Amino acid sequence: MNTTTKRLLMLLPTLLAFTLGLFLYQGIGQDPNKMESSLIGLPLPKFNAQTLVSPSKNVTQADMLGQPALVNVWATWCPTCRAEHEFLLTIAKQENIRIYGVNYHDQRPAAQQWLQDLGDPYVFSVFDPKGVLGINLGVVGAPETYLIDAQGVVIDKLTGELNERTWPLLRSQYLTLLQETN
Amino acid sequence: MVKVALVSLFLCLASLAVPLVQADIKSYEFAEPEMAQRFVDLTTVLRCPKCQNQNLADSDSIIAKDLREQVQTLINTGQTNQQITEFMVQRYGNFILYDPPLNKATLVLWLAPIGMVLIGLWALWFFGRKTHVQGAMLSPSEQQKLDQLLAENRTPGRD
Repeated sequence: MNTTTKRLLMLLPTLLAFTLGLFLYQGIGQDPNKMESSLIGLPLPKFNAQTLVSPSKNVTQADMLGQPALVNVWATWCPTCRAEHEFLLTIAKQENIRIYGVNYHDQRPAAQQWLQDLGDPYVFSVFDPKGVLGINLGVVGAPETYLIDAQGVVIDKLTGELNERTWPLLRSQYLTLLQETN
Repeated sequence: MVKVALVSLFLCLASLAVPLVQADIKSYEFAEPEMAQRFVDLTTVLRCPKCQNQNLADSDSIIAKDLREQVQTLINTGQTNQQITEFMVQRYGNFILYDPPLNKATLVLWLAPIGMVLIGLWALWFFGRKTHVQGAMLSPSEQQKLDQLLAENRTPGRD
């Protein structure tokens, strides 16, 4: 074997280490819990459930159509939901965003109390104490926020807290949808 | 003293943990015994979407419990294993399978091991060849010296 090949071969481990380093580097900052929703591009699953506020009133997926909106999965036992609640109130009020709630695995009195005490950003909240709608939506854990268009097709999904940092990701898409609708 | 008590308490609790999980699975009721086995099989190969390194049977998270109940219901309503798996993939994607299918996204995952073996074989061949080549590169005088040394050191009776 000649010297040039030998030298090149000596570079090989460095090169491999460098490649591995690059590969690992691009993983830094990525959220390992982030999962692409299987529902994106598909219509909301069918459901027929009580609203949180009144057991006598049933709603279906059809009640969420007509305008682009957010569907926010929340629960009183979920600290992150508490953290994002203020922000939901703000965008509902100041930006006129339609938000539907899915009250996930919760107790009705506690959840009603929560909305009374903290304010209610939702058009209505679906009461889903057994997580049935949750499974059909592909919910992993609260909070999760789905962006739907006027026909109820899921456009995007955010896992985790909706706040000043994460909202712009959905907001631009929301505004595009709004333009298309009007 | 407190430390000893704490350690023994921990050991007691730890020894309880495993039987508790098994008891949990037994509390699911099925129309036929064969269904219970299918339940165990399915909850072993389906992955918990929340706690990513556990299967449905192992995990205590809300979603894993919900999905176990869902598997139970689907089995009891006569769905096949394939139908149940499809149900889960529709909602949670291929992520939920511990045994991912071969498709564009998982191609690297499936082919990488074969590639590694091929690289290994190539390396073996490459470096094996190297020593062979060097051995053949002795000059005639060196070869003569080597033969002489070998002849001098040859023990009688061997070879």
